[in-house]
Amino acid sequence: MKQIAIVAYQQTDSVSDAGAVNEVELIMPVLARTFKQAGLKSAQDVGFTCSGSCDYLQGAAFAFVAGVDALGAVPPIKESHVEMDAAWALYESMLKIRMGHADSALIYGFGKSSPGELPIVLSQQLDPYYLAPLWVDSISLAAMQARIMLDRGLITERDMAEVVSRSRRNAMNNPHAQLSGDISPEDVLAEETYLSPLRKADCCPVSDGASAMIIATVEQAKAWGLPYVIISGIDHCIETHNLGMRDLTDSVSTRIAANRAGMNAGKVDVAELYAPFSHQEIILTRALGLDEGTSVNPSGGVLAGNLMMASGLSRIGEVFNRIVKGEARRGIAHATSGPCLQHNLVTVLEQGENA
Amino acid sequence: MSQEKNMSDDQDVITGIKAPVYLKYNFTAGAAPARFLAQIKKGVLTGQRCPKCSAVYVPPRGSCASCGVATEEEVVLSDKATVQSFTIVSIPIPGNPIQPPYIIANVVPDGANISFIHLLSECVNEEIHIGQRVQAVWKPEAEWDYAMDNIRYFKPLDEADVPVDRIGKLPVTGLEG
Repeated sequence: MKQIAIVAYQQTDSVSDAGAVNEVELIMPVLARTFKQAGLKSAQDVGFTCSGSCDYLQGAAFAFVAGVDALGAVPPIKESHVEMDAAWALYESMLKIRMGHADSALIYGFGKSSPGELPIVLSQQLDPYYLAPLWVDSISLAAMQARIMLDRGLITERDMAEVVSRSRRNAMNNPHAQLSGDISPEDVLAEETYLSPLRKADCCPVSDGASAMIIATVEQAKAWGLPYVIISGIDHCIETHNLGMRDLTDSVSTRIAANRAGMNAGKVDVAELYAPFSHQEIILTRALGLDEGTSVNPSGGVLAGNLMMASGLSRIGEVFNRIVKGEARRGIAHATSGPCLQHNLVTVLEQGENA
Repeated sequence: MSQEKNMSDDQDVITGIKAPVYLKYNFTAGAAPARFLAQIKKGVLTGQRCPKCSAVYVPPRGSCASCGVATEEEVVLSDKATVQSFTIVSIPIPGNPIQPPYIIANVVPDGANISFIHLLSECVNEEIHIGQRVQAVWKPEAEWDYAMDNIRYFKPLDEADVPVDRIGKLPVTGLEG
């Protein structure tokens, strides 16, 4: 089977309101930087293009079609889209390459969440008969999950505050972060609760932005003469939409995906986990069995900025950056979708020869 | 087998439930469309030129779809245009207040390379043809808003037809310019 590698990754700053830019204007600058990093001119230079976005976020129908205007798609290109985080667009692109239909692919994700009320918008992804009509928002569901964790003694509020504190401090080294600062766990605990037991700091912010990546077969990456990071495994797994049937204190789907992706075949130096709420980082760390030997969310994770439909791809991009810089040899990236970590994707990344 | 009656036998078949969705958004058109809309509120049609292939887009969306680059340069266009294609609508469309038969057409304003869709009127429908010269009929200035319907419709001009291979290639000064 052909080995596939990442050769370029870029993202915009994570901002609370990108202002009066449309999809094209949001995507185009980050695509330009990604092409430049790979020494390419446009989407004409890759074999396949796949994006991830969700029209509900900005409330504009077929916004992803408008996004194609940013690609230079004349003459026509092979293009696809997932109404999901772009980490799943990466998954589709890898299948395309493995089937022999392309040697390289551009993947991008974008989200402009600021125009709507994101937690309410996300209520509409729930089961349409029993839950969506109740308008149960994403933060309330996460709060119920955290409540179970606390009541069973699986975590303390201080554990959650420590996650937030580490995120804010790590994010001080992340130029794209929206929230960063030298915040102590005590500072977090001094905050009032927002949706009990969650404090605002326990919740990822609402963010606008985009990220983009180029992958290729290792042969193609070598032909381009680019440093590359090998994607040695990728898998995803989903749990039932019925929240009452799930053990919300664990993430079984993440563990299965990680095992199938081959996470345990070697040491994990770095892990970027898509945990939109502080207690979910603890669930994921435990589900994956990560210990002190792994640096978790050195970018600050999505508590420092959450680009809906791009954050999952960004987790993979962050691990790529660490390995290219030589800060890590092997790492995993996790992406999530749905309420309370319903659907999870795990990618295993390893240093290429000339990374 | 149990003799008990299946509960669903007593039930009416449910063919639908009401679950209305209300979501509020602060919609933004985008930086490039906002510049276009600000000009059309003043009664001026503007396009944006691609720095790479020089094509002028109207209404602009912020990029050249062919080249994938930003279109920054603003170009003032004529409100005279050429019919690139058209259709005569003979059936009423639900929700559309315009009474058939009427014409919708792809028109390219002079100075632009891309057509947009608008209405044709003040014409004999059967005489409209590709290459026909037309001009915008604007609403009264007091009614101008950030909207394409500041132009009520386009009406025929008494000018020579544009040869098919020159449609979408006229300068802002028109066929003779």
